[in-house]
Formats: sequence, C-alpha cells, structure tokens
Amino acid sequence: MLSALRTLWNVFLHMFRKRVTVQYPEQKPYLAPRWRGRIILSRDPDGGERCVACYLCAVACPVDCIALQATEDQTGRRYPEFFRINFSRCIFCGYCEEACPTYAIQLTPDFEMAEYERQNLVYEKEDLLIDGPGKYPGYNFWRVAGVKIGGKDKGEAQNETAPVDLHTLLP
Amino acid sequence: MTSPYPILSIVGILIVVLSIAAGLIWLERRLLALWQDRYGPNRVGPFGLLQVLADMLKIFFKEDWIPPFADKYVFILAPAVIVVTVLLSFAVVPVAPGIIVTDLNIGLLFVLAMSSLGVYSVVLGGWSSDNKYALLGAVRAAAQMLSYEVFMGLSLMGVVLLAGSFDLVRIVEAQRHLWFVVPQFLGFVLFLIAGVAETRRLPFDLPEAESELIAGYHSEYSGMKFGMFFVGEYLGVTLISSLITVLFLGGWNGPVLPPIVWFLLKMFAFICLFILLRAALPRPRFDQLMNLGWKLLLPLALANLLVTGAVVLAKGT
Repeated sequence: MLSALRTLWNVFLHMFRKRVTVQYPEQKPYLAPRWRGRIILSRDPDGGERCVACYLCAVACPVDCIALQATEDQTGRRYPEFFRINFSRCIFCGYCEEACPTYAIQLTPDFEMAEYERQNLVYEKEDLLIDGPGKYPGYNFWRVAGVKIGGKDKGEAQNETAPVDLHTLLP
Repeated sequence: MTSPYPILSIVGILIVVLSIAAGLIWLERRLLALWQDRYGPNRVGPFGLLQVLADMLKIFFKEDWIPPFADKYVFILAPAVIVVTVLLSFAVVPVAPGIIVTDLNIGLLFVLAMSSLGVYSVVLGGWSSDNKYALLGAVRAAAQMLSYEVFMGLSLMGVVLLAGSFDLVRIVEAQRHLWFVVPQFLGFVLFLIAGVAETRRLPFDLPEAESELIAGYHSEYSGMKFGMFFVGEYLGVTLISSLITVLFLGGWNGPVLPPIVWFLLKMFAFICLFILLRAALPRPRFDQLMNLGWKLLLPLALANLLVTGAVVLAKGT
C-alpha cells in the first residue's frame, strides 16, 4: 500500500521533468553522418558517373527494389542506361552501399521523402544522380582500376606498374 | 430545493457533462504524457484541444461493424445502457445551489442502483459478442462489480449516518462546517477504491486487460458503439469524481469563489487523480483483486460503519 502511494508521488513528480519529445517539424532531429536515408548516385571528382552498372547492388538488395540496365559508351566504360530505385519497397538496409565496388551508390541522412502518390516514390536515374562525390571526395574508380578503356591503357592507372612483357621472361 | 428553471438545468447539465466526458479524452492523453515526460497531443488547435473534435469525427466515420455471429439486438443495446445509467445518475448530483435536475430524497440509493445497472452493459456486451475473450471480460466485470459494489454502498453509510439523510443536497449542506473527509476518512478511501473499480479504470481494469483479453468485453465493438463504451467510462469517472466531491469534500461549499467553481475544482482534482492512478499503478492479478475486496476492504467498511454508528448513537443520546 505504501509502495503504491510512493509510486503515485514519484510519477506525479515527473510532471516537472524535462520533456524527451523532439517537436519534429519545428525542431529537426540530429541525424548521424552515416544515417541510412535517401539513396543517391554520386559522381567522381571529374564529374563522370561512378556507377559501372555491375548489378551488385541489385543482387544485394533483399527486397529487389533496384532495377538497372548496363550499357557501354564509346570509350568502353560501362554505365547504367537506366537506374531505378523503388523507394516504396526500399528498407534502407544499406546493403547496396556495402556491395558497391565504386562508391557510386550511397545512403544519405535524409528521410523526408513522403509522397501522396505511390508512383512518385519510384526514383529514376536523374532523380538519384547528384553533382558531387558524396562521402568519398577524392575517389575516381577509372583512375585506380587496372582496366583498359578508351584513352587509358593497362598500366596507366594510379599506383599501377606497367604490365610485364611475357616475352622478356622466356628462358 | 428544486431548480427555478428545470429544463435549463437538465439541458445544461447534460451538455456540460457530455462535453467534460469528451474533453477527458484530451485531458487524459495530455496528463498521461505529462507524467511520462512527453507532451501528448499538442498539434490540433491551441494546446491540442481540437484533438477531441478530430477524434470524434474519426470515430463517427469509422465502419460500424456488427459481427455476423453476434446477438444483434443485445449487441447494439449494450453500449447505450452504460451511457444511460451514468447520465441518469447525474440527475441527482447537486452541482451548486439550485443547479440540480431532481432533488430526490433517496438520491444516494438511486446513484448506487444506477451504477449497479451499469454492469448490465458490460455483461450483455460481452455475452452478445459471442467471443471467448469478450465473455471472459464480461464475467470478470460482473464478479468485480458485484464484489466492489458491496462495500461501495457500505462505505457511504457512514456519511449517511452523519448527515442523517440519503438526500445529496442535505448531505452537502451538512458539510458546511466540516467536510466528511475528516470524520469519515476511512470511508473516503474505501469509496475511492470502490469507485475506481466501479468505473473499471486502471489499476482495476481487469475486465478489459489488454495483455490478457485483447480488449475484454468490447473486443468485438467498433466505431461509435465502441465510442459509447468509452464515453460511458469517462462519464463514470466524472460521476465518481463528482460523487466524492459531494459526499466527502463538501460539494459546492468553499470560501470566496462561487459554488459552481468550487464544485468543478474539486471534481477535476479527482479526475486528475484517476488519471494519475492509471499512469502509476500496475494491474493486480484477479485473485488478488478478489482477496483485496472481500478480505480487506469489506471488513474495513463494516468496521467503519459500526464505529460511526456507535459514535452517532453515543452523541445522539
């Protein structure tokens, strides 16, 4: 009986405590830099698309919300012809970001993407592409990858030695 | 002492009581939030006051579904019974001098009778739902109301002895010099506990214990029929609070402020206490509830009545 009265009094005293509520629309909550929110496609420092259309994100996606089609440009670089994310299915798990070999797909600290129509939650490539490099400022996949493309032969990438001429190894 | 304008009193009390019951939706949510370090509904209108309107609109437009296996007529009737009985009880509650619907000389008995009838609503609602959870809730409600009704009446007999009348107006007038909460403190505590149990509020909400019985007797109810049960519950809280005010805290008596303000102040203090009880206390087990009622509170009520009777007898002669 006494403990019940003490509980009543203690609960009553909570009236004078600080509120824990974040008054959302007026008062924005703190979002950590690694917050997994709206997905974007980033560009490398030169302004080219980072995405090489390898499909790894689409494979990693547990809810199959990523759809894309690979194609090549004149120099032999792969890039997505279209890139579509259905945010009404996306669960913001971040597996696509983890799977991406080129840091192209990234999750950002933004969750305010409510829509009145479900169809508007399907983002196309032009909705996803941003102008900057996102979380990895200096990184350019084609500069460090030892892949031969138009304008860059094997051995010309950064930190890459020229390929060994097999004929010089003959006994 | 009857009201000079009876119609005005009837309509006035009806409107005020119903709006208080509706406003309690907002008050309860705000106060619960306050005691849980939150804000509660504060978006709709000033201080979230229009939340009441929004909730009402919502519940009116909800689908009003009657389960095909339910006993249709009883199912529809049950929620109305609780509202009617509680509203009838308000007929004899004296709000201020002259503001009373009817000054019955057995007012207190009438209130007790009406609150006993209120149990029909719960039992019939649970029975007609044809659902095991609803039925279990109804059976629990019946057992609980029966046990707590016994000493609810007995705890008030001390007040009746002291005032020498069942008439609520005369009881209020008898408290002009000393509120009955002082000589009848035990009776006050007993009536408060019984009142909480009568309105089936936490910590005595076993008939609708969510964690065990889904929603108890109103599991199958939706829309405004469900709303009627809720209005009935809030009306019950208002009724018990105003009864405590009338019987133990001197009703409209009080210095400086006009009588009606005193009445409302005391009543709202107890409504807040009801909500605080809900915010703070856990629900007991059902056998604990029964043990408390029959083994502790009933003997206490009887002892209280015996001692009060002896004192009144000794003084009178």
